[in-house]
Amino acid sequence: MILEAQSLPTVLYVVAAVLFILSLGGLANQETARRGNIYGIVGMVLAIGATFLLGDFELWNGTAMTLIYGSVAIGGAIGAVLAARVAMTAMPELVAILHSFVGLAAVFVGWSSYLHPHGTETLSRAAQTVHLIEIWIGVFIGAITFTGSVVAWAKLNGKVSGKPLLLPNRHMINLAAVVGSLILVFPFIEMSHGAGGFSYFGFLLLLAMSGVAFGLGWHLVMAIGGADMPVVVSLLNSYSGWAAAAAGFMLSNDLLIVTGALVGSSGAILSYIMCNAMNRSIWNVVFGGFGTDGGGEPAQVGEAKSADDCNHTTAEEVAKAAKNAKSIVIVPGYGMAVARAQHLVKEFSGQMRKKGITVRYAIHPVAGRLPGHMNVLLAEAGVPYDTVLEMEEINDDLPETDLVLVIGANDIVNPGAETDPSSPIYGMPVLQVWKSTKVVVFKRSMRMGYAGVANELFFNENTDMLFGDAKDTVQAILNALSGKAAA
Amino acid sequence: MQLGVPRESTPGERRVAATPETVKKLVKWGYSVVVEAGAGTGATIDDAAYEAAGATIDPDGNAAWGSDVVFKVNAPRAQAEGAHEVDRLKEGSTIVSLVFPVGKEDLLSRYAEKKVTAMALDQVPRISRAQKMDVLSSMANIAGYRAVIEASHHYAGFFAGQMTAAGRTRPAQVLVIGAGVAGLAAIAAARGLGAEVYAFDVRPAVKEQVESLGARFLLLDVAMEGGESTGGYANIMSDEFIAAEMALFREKAADVDIVITTALIPGKKAPTLYTADMVEIMKTGGVVVDLAAEQGGNCALTEPEKVVVKHGVTIIGYTDMTSRLAAHASQFFATNLTHLLDDMGRHEDFKVDLEDIVVRKALVAHEGEVTWPCPPEVEEKARVAAQPPKPQADASVEAHKPAPPVPESGMSSFGKGLITSVVGVAALFGIGLYAPPEFMQHFTVFVLSCFIGWQVIWNVSPALHTPLMSVTNAISGIIIVGGILQASSGAVDLATILGAVAVLVASINIAGGFLVTQRMLAMFRKGA
Repeated sequence: MILEAQSLPTVLYVVAAVLFILSLGGLANQETARRGNIYGIVGMVLAIGATFLLGDFELWNGTAMTLIYGSVAIGGAIGAVLAARVAMTAMPELVAILHSFVGLAAVFVGWSSYLHPHGTETLSRAAQTVHLIEIWIGVFIGAITFTGSVVAWAKLNGKVSGKPLLLPNRHMINLAAVVGSLILVFPFIEMSHGAGGFSYFGFLLLLAMSGVAFGLGWHLVMAIGGADMPVVVSLLNSYSGWAAAAAGFMLSNDLLIVTGALVGSSGAILSYIMCNAMNRSIWNVVFGGFGTDGGGEPAQVGEAKSADDCNHTTAEEVAKAAKNAKSIVIVPGYGMAVARAQHLVKEFSGQMRKKGITVRYAIHPVAGRLPGHMNVLLAEAGVPYDTVLEMEEINDDLPETDLVLVIGANDIVNPGAETDPSSPIYGMPVLQVWKSTKVVVFKRSMRMGYAGVANELFFNENTDMLFGDAKDTVQAILNALSGKAAA
Repeated sequence: MQLGVPRESTPGERRVAATPETVKKLVKWGYSVVVEAGAGTGATIDDAAYEAAGATIDPDGNAAWGSDVVFKVNAPRAQAEGAHEVDRLKEGSTIVSLVFPVGKEDLLSRYAEKKVTAMALDQVPRISRAQKMDVLSSMANIAGYRAVIEASHHYAGFFAGQMTAAGRTRPAQVLVIGAGVAGLAAIAAARGLGAEVYAFDVRPAVKEQVESLGARFLLLDVAMEGGESTGGYANIMSDEFIAAEMALFREKAADVDIVITTALIPGKKAPTLYTADMVEIMKTGGVVVDLAAEQGGNCALTEPEKVVVKHGVTIIGYTDMTSRLAAHASQFFATNLTHLLDDMGRHEDFKVDLEDIVVRKALVAHEGEVTWPCPPEVEEKARVAAQPPKPQADASVEAHKPAPPVPESGMSSFGKGLITSVVGVAALFGIGLYAPPEFMQHFTVFVLSCFIGWQVIWNVSPALHTPLMSVTNAISGIIIVGGILQASSGAVDLATILGAVAVLVASINIAGGFLVTQRMLAMFRKGA
């Protein structure tokens, strides 16, 4: 039997594409998720192997091989080290920086594809135009993804302030960048056609457009506040997929298109879910610069009241209340991640459960800086996932709950979202912790949440405040429980 | 204080108003409990069990009747020679039982004459606070269950379908009319035995409950009126509606093996929903259980308290369904009673608080006066309290929500969707006109992949969104393929170097993404 040299890679590509789909499908629940990841790895190995087969064998010279193997080895090593070292609290940063790599790769592939087109010399004029447009789009999306992700990464790890950077006329700047990029494509196509598919001037135009797109990506994400990072990261996830798909178009590679489209829709859905959870439209998040167009003045409650107006409590009292409770719900937020208190919290919930007290966790969809971030942190600490519930699952149970511990969360438990139409977060679904018998809020200070909105919850009759770093306060509670006097 | 539990004298009544468990509780509260000898026999509770729980046994019942508080299932009845059980009560005592005061003026005036305080358990309002004392619900639940058991007794076939070497039978077809507490209990019991169950109710709101029990909800073509009145009962419906309803039952009659009717309208004769001709249409061997028999019956051919066979169909008109499950019925009944007593202050603080809406509604005689029916303002209060509580969030959102900012043009979401589709189709058409065929091939792949991605991702559990992002990170490292193609294209020039750099960064992604996903997923574990 004679193997058709072109068919084998195609078959492998189909298998790889199916494996990628199964890989994402596997994430439907925890039991199948690990298998899903294996599918993804196998798919990737097959895809790379098939690509080696696809290459023009006569052109496989030693240098190219060395280049590729060397790059894979170095890149793989860097990736492995990153993955092994990263703290679970820093997952958002890792995800963001990985997006930027995809964007960067897309830009390089685009440039390279222009410099050295693959079998496009013989194409018709129309096909060549399409190819040039594909390069243009691929580089454009890739560039935005790259700088956008770098800025998101910097904002997430605090290298850049979380505050939105609001340049004057920022919408006009964005518009100009997009329109400029669109217009430049015409001379780009003309130049390239005139020179048989490639001209130095055309390449310069491509570089110029890349520069504009880099700037656009930077500016778009700089203008978005820290609280919206979950949406931005998912949006960039989506972009990185579209960038890969665009690269697939320019290289006529179906596997790239399929995979890019999968990743692109995945990110799009995540962004949509996040926006819904905050009751905002995607446009509002991307162009909003949160707080500037919230509609009406924010509630003035915060200014009038200070820390003196709320009930203070101590770790000992919380320990006592916990021992007497029948059911406890823990609401973790970004504050828990920052303080890295998840292991102590798990220790606490474990002790409570041994006493026969029901302890559950309530996760708001936008808690943390990444979709599902809190779930990962709790999983890291060894909290069984069947005690970790989503907002919809637990909201109905909160009125029957004796004690709610809010650890480093603010906006997601703000009653103002339901009652105060002037609040910028009005209409956002929140965890209705105030309906429980007692709420204890662990907070470092009376600072407002990311949304910059005052929280009426802190001044409620049945709310106690426990100030301090979450790690220290939870430790103090554990000490009180074990009978040791708090140090 | 002394609390008495006399034996029930109503023929066929096998329930009792206290069980050893509730007696224990009452004794703990401070009551000395007196139980008439043989009171629990029907419910398979012997006197020794009561004694063990701390009650004293009263051989002739005089002491039980003469207690300060008397617990009964049924209201006192007339005895031979003009005597009446009310006469056995002590003046100033309190009696709690079922009363159904409509048409019982004689009983109520006897209560007043004797100056006893009488509470009617059946009058307890259907508000959430009083749910734990709602005997009508707890008894309806039992009646619904028992209806299925009685039906199975008279039905000469399997409920569950059989598939054996000796042949196969299809599951029994059961129609439940009225999906209140009794109807839902009947549905659950019939489903439990393996039958195929259809249910009908005038209140479209119960559709969800019916379906949650695995039955099919029958819908009418006529617009459903909001058939719910206060207290969770159904309203009387319009003629057109009833005609449509009848047509539906008639259509179903040929097919069903068992019909269970539970339609009651409080204080009125039960509506006739299942007519003689429907019974006639039914297959021979069919069974109709009429839980409304006591109120006249939902089936035209029902004879109360009897089992009759008409047109080959067995029609069960038992009015003592709950007594046929006496042990558990007594347990529920007795528990409801103690909850009422709990609400009234248990022992030390026992008092008849006329401000308490539950007490006031249930009170039929007090301090020599007949106090039934309630004054309208109390009725009104009960009605307000019985309104199904709206989810608070919804209410406040509806009240305050500012006009949605989007539709400036006043366009419906459908209109917008239409425009989007039209624009999309036009764009596709444009692409199709000018793009080369090879591009279209890739484009097809692209669009289909987007749809697959869309379908697959919605199934991802929200808890796994972070692993989803890292795994998509790794997968989007597929751009390495592009890098390889570019880097392998011959002599080393700028193009190959750019390709190689792309391979490098993409490798970071692939290795980093997959490994970190693996690390995360390894942490997710289920509780013991």
